[in-house]
Amino acid sequence: MNKDKEGAMKEGHFFDKPQNVKRFLMGFYISLVLLIVADFFVPKHADFPWESFPSFYATYGFVACVGLVLVAKYVLRPLVKRDENYYD
Amino acid sequence: MTSAIPPAAIFIIGALFVPFLKGKAKQVTLLVIPLITFLDLLLMPEGSYWVIHFLDYDITFGRVDKLSMVFGYIFTIMSFISILYAIHVKDDMQHVAALLYVGSALGAVFVGDFLSLFVFLEIMTITSTCIIWSRRTEASYSAGLRYILVHIFGGLCLLAGILIHAHQTGSIEFGLIGLNGLGSYLILLGFGINCAFPVLHAWLPDAYPEASITGTIFVSVFTTKTAVYALVRSYPGTEALIAVGALMTVFPIFFAVIENDLRKVLAYSLINQVGFMVVGIGIGTELSLNGSVSHAFTNILFEGLLFLCMGAVMHQTGKINATDLGGLYKSMPLTAAFCIVGAASISAFPLFSGFVSKSMIISASGHGGMTVVWFMLLFASAGVFHHAGIKIPFFAFFSHDSGIRTKEPPLNMLIAMGIAAFLCIFIGVFPGSLYSILPYPVDFEPYTASHVLNQVQLLFFSALAFCLLILAGIYPAEIRAINLDADWFYRKGAKVFYWLASRRMPWAVLFVISVGFVIY
Repeated sequence: MNKDKEGAMKEGHFFDKPQNVKRFLMGFYISLVLLIVADFFVPKHADFPWESFPSFYATYGFVACVGLVLVAKYVLRPLVKRDENYYD
Repeated sequence: MTSAIPPAAIFIIGALFVPFLKGKAKQVTLLVIPLITFLDLLLMPEGSYWVIHFLDYDITFGRVDKLSMVFGYIFTIMSFISILYAIHVKDDMQHVAALLYVGSALGAVFVGDFLSLFVFLEIMTITSTCIIWSRRTEASYSAGLRYILVHIFGGLCLLAGILIHAHQTGSIEFGLIGLNGLGSYLILLGFGINCAFPVLHAWLPDAYPEASITGTIFVSVFTTKTAVYALVRSYPGTEALIAVGALMTVFPIFFAVIENDLRKVLAYSLINQVGFMVVGIGIGTELSLNGSVSHAFTNILFEGLLFLCMGAVMHQTGKINATDLGGLYKSMPLTAAFCIVGAASISAFPLFSGFVSKSMIISASGHGGMTVVWFMLLFASAGVFHHAGIKIPFFAFFSHDSGIRTKEPPLNMLIAMGIAAFLCIFIGVFPGSLYSILPYPVDFEPYTASHVLNQVQLLFFSALAFCLLILAGIYPAEIRAINLDADWFYRKGAKVFYWLASRRMPWAVLFVISVGFVIY
C-alpha cells in the first residue's frame, strides 16, 4: 500500500502538486468575490423582499450548508450510528 | 386506430425471446427493443385506444396524451442507456426481469384505468425484486425480501383503495381523484410507498444499494418515477403533497452527509429529488406541474448518470465506500468527467439539465408566496449540491489518494455514461427541446441574469462551506458504520415477532394486534 502511494506521488498528477491545489483554491476564492460584486449590477426580479438584499443567496447557501453539516455530525450521527454488523 | 403496438408489449415479448438467444444475437436484440419502442412511440397519435371490455369495465392500454408521452420517451431513452450499460452481463434472469420491469413501467404510463395500472405496478414489484436478487449475495437476498414485503403492503393498500373508489364512484378511470374519502387516501398511500414518502421511504436506501451494479441502474429509475407520474395524474393540486414533498427534499440530505456507501448517498439524494417533484404536484399550477414532469425527465438522466458512474467505480475497484476510495481521477478520468457532469446537473448549475427543471418548481413556490416551502427548497438545493454535487465526485475521484490504480470501465459502460452526460448538457443548453414536449404550454425563462447569478451564488458559497469545513477538519469523517433509518421499526419488530412466535404464540398475536392499534 505504501509503495502504491509513493508511486502515486511520483506520477505527478494535477492535484498531487500543492501549488496546483493552491491555484485552484485561489481561482475559486476570486470567483466568489466576483459573484459578490456582480450582485450589485444585476437587476433583480424577486418574489420575496429579502431576495433583493445584497448577496442573500450567497449568505443563505453558506449558512445552510454549515448548519446542515453541524446538525448531521453532532445531532443525527450520534442518534443513528451503529456497528456495521448491527442487523446480523 | 393506429398502426403502432402497445410499447409494453414490445418489451414483454422481447423478454420471452432473450433467454433463447446467444452471444451477439442476444446483445443486438436487447439493444433493438428500446429502439423499436421509441419508433413505436412516434407512431402513436394522441387519444384513447386499445380498449378491452372486461366485466363491467373498460380496460384501456393506450391513453396517449402529452403527459404519458413525456414519460414514455424518457423511460425508453433511459432503458436503452441502462441496457447498453448492462450488455456485458451474462445473467438471463437479470435481463429478462429488467425487460419485463421496463415493459410494465411503460404499461403503467399508458393505461387509462386503475385495474390494469395495479397489475402493471405489481409486475414491477416482482421483477424489480428479481433485479435486486440478481446480485446473489445474502445481503441482497434479505434486502430484496424486505423490499417486496413493503411493496406488497403498498400494493394491497392501492388495491383496497381502488376497490373502495370504484364502489363509490362506479368508475375505475385512472384520472384526477384528489383527497376525498378512504379510497383516495389508500390509493395515495399505495403511490406514496412507491414514491418514498417520509417514513415510508426506508425500502429505497435499504434495497437499491444492494442490487447488482447494473441492476441498480434499472430499479433506481422506474419505480419512483412511475409513482410520480401516477401522482401527477390523480393528485395534482393536493395541498398535503406540498408539505410531504418539502420534507422529502430536506430530511434525506442529513442522512446523505454522514453516509459512507456512495450508492446509498445517491439513494438518499433520489428521495430528495423526488421530493421536489412531489412539491410541484402539490402546488398544482401549470408551471409547477410542468416543473415536476420536466424534473422527472432530467432527474432520470442525471441521477441515472451518477449511478452509472458509481457503478463503474464499483465495477473497476470492487469498492463503493467513501473510506476505501479517492484519487480515482488519475486512472478513470473519463468516468470522473461524466460524474462531474451528473453532479453539476443534479446541483442545478446553469447550462446543466437540473437548472432548467428544478427552477420551475422553486419559482412556482415563490409565485405562490409559500415562504416556508420556498426556504426549505432552497435549503435542499444547497444541500443536494453539498452531498451529491460535491461529496460524490470528491470522495470517489479526488480526496486523499487511496492508492487504487485501475482503468476505465468497458466501452459499453463508457458509451452509456457518455450518452447520459450528453443529454444532461444538451437539455441544459437547449431547454426548449424539453419544454416543447411538456404537458402544458411553457411560459418560463430559466436564463435571466438575476436567476443565474442567484443560483451560482447559492452553489459557490455552499462549496465554500464544504471547502472550509474540510480544511478546518470539522467535516464529518467517513466511518465504517451503518446509520439507522425507518426500516429499524420493521427489521427489529419482525425479530421481536419471531422470537415471541417461537415461544408464546398468543403473545405474538397480541404483539401484532397492539402494533396495528398503535399504527391505527
